[in-house]
Amino acid sequence: MIRNDAESAEWVRGLSSEGAERERAATRLHEIALRVARAEVHRRSAQLRISGPEADDVAHQAAADAVLAIINKVGQFRGESRFTTWAYKFVIFEVSAKIGRHFWRTAPVSLETEDWARLPDRFGFEPAQQAQWRDLLAALRRAVEQELTERQRRIFVAIVLDAIPLDTLVIELNSNRNAIYKTLFDARRKLRASLAANGYLDPDTPRWP
Amino acid sequence: MNGWSALQRFLDTDPRDAGCAEAMEMLHVYAELVASDVEAARLYPQVAAHLLACGPCAEDLAGLLAAIRENLER
Repeated sequence: MIRNDAESAEWVRGLSSEGAERERAATRLHEIALRVARAEVHRRSAQLRISGPEADDVAHQAAADAVLAIINKVGQFRGESRFTTWAYKFVIFEVSAKIGRHFWRTAPVSLETEDWARLPDRFGFEPAQQAQWRDLLAALRRAVEQELTERQRRIFVAIVLDAIPLDTLVIELNSNRNAIYKTLFDARRKLRASLAANGYLDPDTPRWP
Repeated sequence: MNGWSALQRFLDTDPRDAGCAEAMEMLHVYAELVASDVEAARLYPQVAAHLLACGPCAEDLAGLLAAIRENLER
């Protein structure tokens, strides 16, 4: 769906122009980006574990970086949505990235940590019913150790055992969200196949909607 | 959700899953469809499959929808 609404066209014209017109458009864009960033930081404040001036600083950084990205990429806007929706997206992504970085500062966890005792709790298995899940989780651990590549294993441990947010891992491993997700996706598929082959899960039932 | 269903949900992978790169590329389009009550999941099943499985991308969609609905440009 390609739309060419007047308001979006005005944004593109303003940000693509030069001099005072561009300055006015960039200033207005920054005002909007800051409102979006503040609202998003507030919405995620529980994850952030910060508030007040520190949270506002995260919002300011996210808004400033998003405005730079939007201005640099304005020529790539294809009119598939309103311009402002497209622009909001950059702000949201910047807030995500800043929160990922902030997590590492406030909750440092060694990537080398492997506390397998956390595994039952990560999936909500009740200690009282240990007899029912002990073999399953032992099989899962064996599959992690024997079936996964070193990188898949490292990412599984970081995300599942250490509960490190994916966006934080992106920074730590100098990677990107897609690459980390794809590695974990392949690991999940291997682990499921292994548990199914050993009789712990139904091998044929697809569970996606 | 008990441990078994949480583990199964984690291990299940949807072959339609678009991955983060494609979902992030289309997120503004997808969000406007959702905000307009258009069947975004029917039009973009690969993105929908990804958003069901990827917490960070689903969180970004939630933030984008909140921004659209709060009309923060005014």
